Amino acid sequence: MKIPVSAIRLPTRPSREYESRFDREQSMLKMLAIPITSVILASMVTTLPVFSAGPLLPPFGLLMFLSWRLMRPGLLPIWSGVPFGLMDDLFSGQPFGSAGLLWSLAMLVVEIIDSRAIWRDYLQDWLIAALLITAVLLGGWWISGLAHATPKPEILFPQILLSILLYPLIVRICARLDSWRLAT
Amino acid sequence: MAPPPHRRPGFSRKAQYGLFATYVVAIAGTIVAALLLTISVVDPTGFSALRTFGSEVTAPVARVVNDARQSTQAITHNVSAYIDAASRNVTLEKELKANRTALIEARALRVENARLRGLLKISDDDAQQVAVGRLISSTASSTRQVATLSIGRNFGVERAQPVRGPAGLIGRVIETGPTTARVLLVTDSENLVPVMRASDGLPAFSSGLGNGLVLIKPLNLGESPFKVGDIIITSGNGGLYGANIPFARIIRKTSDGALGLPFADPANTPYAIVMKPYLGEARAAQQALAPDGETKEVAE
Repeated sequence: MKIPVSAIRLPTRPSREYESRFDREQSMLKMLAIPITSVILASMVTTLPVFSAGPLLPPFGLLMFLSWRLMRPGLLPIWSGVPFGLMDDLFSGQPFGSAGLLWSLAMLVVEIIDSRAIWRDYLQDWLIAALLITAVLLGGWWISGLAHATPKPEILFPQILLSILLYPLIVRICARLDSWRLAT
Repeated sequence: MAPPPHRRPGFSRKAQYGLFATYVVAIAGTIVAALLLTISVVDPTGFSALRTFGSEVTAPVARVVNDARQSTQAITHNVSAYIDAASRNVTLEKELKANRTALIEARALRVENARLRGLLKISDDDAQQVAVGRLISSTASSTRQVATLSIGRNFGVERAQPVRGPAGLIGRVIETGPTTARVLLVTDSENLVPVMRASDGLPAFSSGLGNGLVLIKPLNLGESPFKVGDIIITSGNGGLYGANIPFARIIRKTSDGALGLPFADPANTPYAIVMKPYLGEARAAQQALAPDGETKEVAE
């Protein structure tokens, strides 16, 4: 028996019952706003009441930024490290401009890697992210040493380790956000 | 994932120039960020307005979350108080009896002290409190140890005012906004506090180590005179931090000093008191007569 196409009822939300099911456009606002908002909100995590004896809280803004960059090359423009980094500087307590410089340099490094190693797997991306996280955190320590007295760099090791181990989780959050971003 | 093919724009001049322009913008942006960084390293106050704006904007969320956090802590504390209550009650009663005698003696000493001060005509400018707030967040991801206070300029909080909690000294105010202020904690490497040993008044300096501990260095040279368990209090020298504020307990001896654990834990302090700078009026009077001259106080 042949079932007419009009009889097949796909489970949809009630509100979308009468919308066309094909040729839908993605929302431009969602496509742009989700990556930007997620990075900025991740930068703002430091304003929550989290108190630690040393620098222990991973730089969530940087992790989110690197995840978007490595998971979706070409989504964030090459210069986006500067505005995102300056936004992060407002909340991180580092001298203003430190993340703006370091994130932008990280972005350029990823761009160079992208032109050399084009097809990469997830582990290679994780390795790149790990190296960049280490470099940015040590760079932040050095910059903060230019302006203020700073402790020894060993104090950063737990934070670096924690950030590297947290990267896969952040990539998964990014992937979820990405499928929401591109959903019609 | 492989990058999209936009980096090989083919023969289109427009696409080629567009790609080139993004690289130019990226490099220029990096240079601008480096310049901003240079400015903020040379003049750390320069961008404090922006930072203040950031903390003002996020303060409402931080306040709500902090309230929730503190009430959760109160619940767990109340529940754990029931466990083992009877035996603890007995111990506490014993302690209370022992302490009552010490308390009476201390009260007598205070009266005597006031009388002696009256005889010597020492006018004590007592550390007066400006306002009481709470610590609502901290820069837990940076090597700097800066916390955000829930009150600001509207409550009379100003730069270079000491902040203490019920347990001990927390730090000093370095930036103020209308409803928030930033506090440099005593555990920051830049924060130097003149202190002394409570038992004999041995003068020392404390500097933060950035990992939640402070390094206590005695003024006199030689072998470290500290013992594990020594109580360190502020000495009031220099006139910023008031005298006799509980500061830290020695937990380890080093070759030329000792490591101390501050009494005030920013994560656990129920409130923070902002105080007037100790001997602030005397210093202002001295500055009016003989200003510091070339040596300007470097702002945070």
